[in-house]
Amino acid sequence: MEQFFFYMFAIAAVVSAVLVISVRNPVHSAFYLIVCFLAAVQLFIYVGAIMVLFLFAVLVLDIGREQFRERFHGQTVPALAAIAGLFVVMGILVVSGKITAPLGPFDEPALMKNTEVIGKSLYTSYIFPFEIVSILLLIALIGAVVLVMSGQGKENKG
Amino acid sequence: MALTLTHYLVLSFILFLVGIAGVLLRRNIIIVLMSLELIFNSVNISLAAFSYFLQNLNGTIFVVFSITIAAAEAAIGLAILVAVYRRRQTAYVDELDEMRG
Repeated sequence: MEQFFFYMFAIAAVVSAVLVISVRNPVHSAFYLIVCFLAAVQLFIYVGAIMVLFLFAVLVLDIGREQFRERFHGQTVPALAAIAGLFVVMGILVVSGKITAPLGPFDEPALMKNTEVIGKSLYTSYIFPFEIVSILLLIALIGAVVLVMSGQGKENKG
Repeated sequence: MALTLTHYLVLSFILFLVGIAGVLLRRNIIIVLMSLELIFNSVNISLAAFSYFLQNLNGTIFVVFSITIAAAEAAIGLAILVAVYRRRQTAYVDELDEMRG
């Protein structure tokens, strides 16, 4: 049963990932990206935040569909060579890799209720990175607003 | 045959390669940013798999942090994209070549 679900979600994720990079319309790409994240069970932040952001960017920028007839740029051959090299190197590493790290303190039943364990360690031993990440999100928010606003100001002045 | 770590690593590997292919091959910056999200996703899968199979929850904590940072990265990337598109009226990576030597 576990294997069945793994293969189902894995095939869905891979197929939708290939569709993300191969369809013409970026709106369709965004929806296939949602499917891919759905398969990886990461819905909570992606559909809420990132997908809306991507769709806003596509719609605000008014990139018409007719501009998408040329999808790939002129450096396709070196890019394909790089991808093939990466495929070989990473494939060898993945297939021949072995775990040598010692097992951690959490056994099977502790991992089954991992929300509780994650929450506890997030608010105790990882409280400092947690705060840093919240500041980082604030900086990203301000940075995004400043980046978009400053272009607007220059346009108005000129 | 039960599910092993290699299954998850191969899945993560395939998604990572698809993301790299999207970053390297596509012209449109929006698709490139989406492919970056695919790469983040594949790395998160492998981190979660390592966390489960090594019975150590640090990997899962890292997944939470990396999802947050991916959200910040997407926001900044799209803001840069909007600013570039306003100045240059193009969203293609091969037309943004001022820094070519």
